[in-house]
Amino acid sequence: MNLEFTPEEQAFRDEVRAFIEENYPKHLGDVGLREDLSREDFLAWHKVLGEKGWSVPAWPVEYGGTGWTPTQRYIWSEENARVNAIMPLPFGVSMVGPVIYTFGSEEQKARHLPGIRSGEVWWCQGYSEPGAGSDLASLKTTAVRDGDHYVINGQKTWTTLAQYADWGFFLCRTDPDAAKPQEGISFILVDMKSPGVEVKPIKLLDGGYEVNETWLTDVRVPVENLVGEENKGWTYAKFLLAHERSGIAGVARSKRGVEKLREIAANETLDGEPLIDDLDFARKVSQLEIDLAALEITELRTLAGEQAGKGPGPESSILKIKGTEIQQRLTELTLEAVGSYSAPYYGSIANDTGSNEYPIGPDYAHDSAATYFNMRKTSIYGGSNEIQRNIITKMILGL
Amino acid sequence: MDFNFTEEQDMVRDGLSRLVREQYDWETRRAAIESDAGWRPEIWAQLAELGILGMPFSEDVGGFGGGAIDAMIVMEEFGKGLVVEPFVPTVVCAGGFLKHAGSDAQREEHLSAIIGGERVFAFAYAEPRGRYDYADLETTAKKDGDGYVLNGHKAVVIGAPWASHLMVTARTGGDRRDREGVSVFIVDKSADGIVTRDYETVDGRRASEIYFENVSVPADALIGEEGAALPLIEQVTDEAIAAQCAEACGAMKVAHAMTVEYSRQRKQFGVPIGKFQVLQHRMVDMYTAYETSVSLTYLATIKLDAGEKERKRTASAAKVGVGQAARLIGQEAVQIHGGNGVTDEYAIGHYFKRLTIFESEFGSVDHHLKRHVSLS
Repeated sequence: MNLEFTPEEQAFRDEVRAFIEENYPKHLGDVGLREDLSREDFLAWHKVLGEKGWSVPAWPVEYGGTGWTPTQRYIWSEENARVNAIMPLPFGVSMVGPVIYTFGSEEQKARHLPGIRSGEVWWCQGYSEPGAGSDLASLKTTAVRDGDHYVINGQKTWTTLAQYADWGFFLCRTDPDAAKPQEGISFILVDMKSPGVEVKPIKLLDGGYEVNETWLTDVRVPVENLVGEENKGWTYAKFLLAHERSGIAGVARSKRGVEKLREIAANETLDGEPLIDDLDFARKVSQLEIDLAALEITELRTLAGEQAGKGPGPESSILKIKGTEIQQRLTELTLEAVGSYSAPYYGSIANDTGSNEYPIGPDYAHDSAATYFNMRKTSIYGGSNEIQRNIITKMILGL
Repeated sequence: MDFNFTEEQDMVRDGLSRLVREQYDWETRRAAIESDAGWRPEIWAQLAELGILGMPFSEDVGGFGGGAIDAMIVMEEFGKGLVVEPFVPTVVCAGGFLKHAGSDAQREEHLSAIIGGERVFAFAYAEPRGRYDYADLETTAKKDGDGYVLNGHKAVVIGAPWASHLMVTARTGGDRRDREGVSVFIVDKSADGIVTRDYETVDGRRASEIYFENVSVPADALIGEEGAALPLIEQVTDEAIAAQCAEACGAMKVAHAMTVEYSRQRKQFGVPIGKFQVLQHRMVDMYTAYETSVSLTYLATIKLDAGEKERKRTASAAKVGVGQAARLIGQEAVQIHGGNGVTDEYAIGHYFKRLTIFESEFGSVDHHLKRHVSLS
């Protein structure tokens, strides 16, 4: 047992910190809500990292990975969180990329992996449907073989940032007569510019447009876009979800969030004293830090297991549950710290033509309510936290 | 012991319930809050016509002789429909100040206009750095001849864009945060030197930042005694707390019912999700939180006329208990609605947002827990 970083790891930290300081796009600043970003903003850092060869650290070296140890990857994410960096989106890098290099054909690897690495190709995920959320395997979108093509029909929902997507990976039913619903599903790559693909934005309760409904009507997709074997898509989907879960903990980002919360609470006052000196409030911040420390070491233990050759297994559900609970708690405490100035809807103020001579509340208040509302999604997406508990019940407790 | 309402009160509830159901349906509400005005003056006129705006006032000032229980009934029904019209700022707060401390002339001038729906008030008490302490004031009112001159900045004044008049707290003496030296003024919003910045709030209402720059008001703008208004402000805000707790109860009742109904309709794994015990028990916890909130709201409402200490303790108890329930019910309702819960399209998200902002009005859970401790 040793939690100290080695001199080599310290040197690595210095190296990546210097690289980030020198190369992180300055114009991105310290953004709050991601949905305010443009397509170019999302891709700016990704493209820099693509050129450096650091955009897909976790991939095997032969596909462009950096060969970093889990500890180095952890240092990397910490250093990025320090500047609240807009990291490469997960849909290509953490989701479809690993599926393609693990289960895809040589042709698929050659065609798709370079664009994911460089950030030139934007991917989206077509999993959930209006009637298939937690019960994903009940999905109804069909892909019917017609000569050299599949013809896809159906409706997907919660397709995150599909408005910018070039390609999507879709779970489709290819065998409606399979014995179990999981057995008739295939994993198919779809060019989002194909005729019959329609993306409609969904307005969320924070006022933003982050997710979409994606309609597929007689979309013809060449059969070579099938990943792996027909009707084996569920296996790949589960593989992908386990990868998605381990990234979902967001430890480094939450650590940065706690620092920011402390800054806010130092600026806010209660009875003329800094709010952070109020014992009631300070206790809540400490409790959050304790929970975060526990999560951090749990994640490191999982990473160490990975390093020893164990893939991310059902214990990654712990990371998802605790990670999202902490992210949500952070937004609750920020709301509490901000107080009355959480109420203004800054979406309406940003659009008004009035004078900026009279600012409304401190800058850190502007996203506080929107972020709190927005982050309720985290215990719902990526397999709801109820589903994560079911996974632990079944896979770990054996009940 | 009697938890029954009078026949008149039941009639008022039924009437309001019908009004909200028939004229405040979801699409109409959405159109109204997204319109330039952001509210429906015609609904306000109707409330005046029905006598709702005059209910908590005695008959000698043109009211209907009701009290806090009537305000509670009104706000509970408004909470069910997420009614945005400014009953609390105008009737409960401004009306409360006038009722408790207004001179005959002030009542004459303002109360009948409030009851008649012609005059809308906002209550400008919060300041950028005041955090729920009504005495933590940087706004000043300096004696100037017969009148006063106001300077300062009031924050997040709910309903101010719709108001013609303001109740304003300001310091006439003492140091910032002193309990002495706090006064309340009735100010015409069109007075020279008032600058406002209007905006929407995240829960569908409107508010303003209000800047007072050498605003002259006459001597009779002062309500109650100069420099001794803090106990009055606390009384009025305790009344506002009771009314808003009732509003939250109405909103929680609907949020819970919507969630139970959703769990009946929404099928996953071949069954309605309401069949899963994990969700059943959580909806039971929501229900329990709602029922205990109703109890705390009754208690706070009934004790508004009790001794000062008891009134304060029960108002704070309600704000703590209902605040906690509002957070629990709002969050769980969204969670059980899944992805639909975080969309703008589903009503549940709007109930969640209102229940969120409820906590930061008139003092947070932490603030009132401390106040309760200080009175123990």
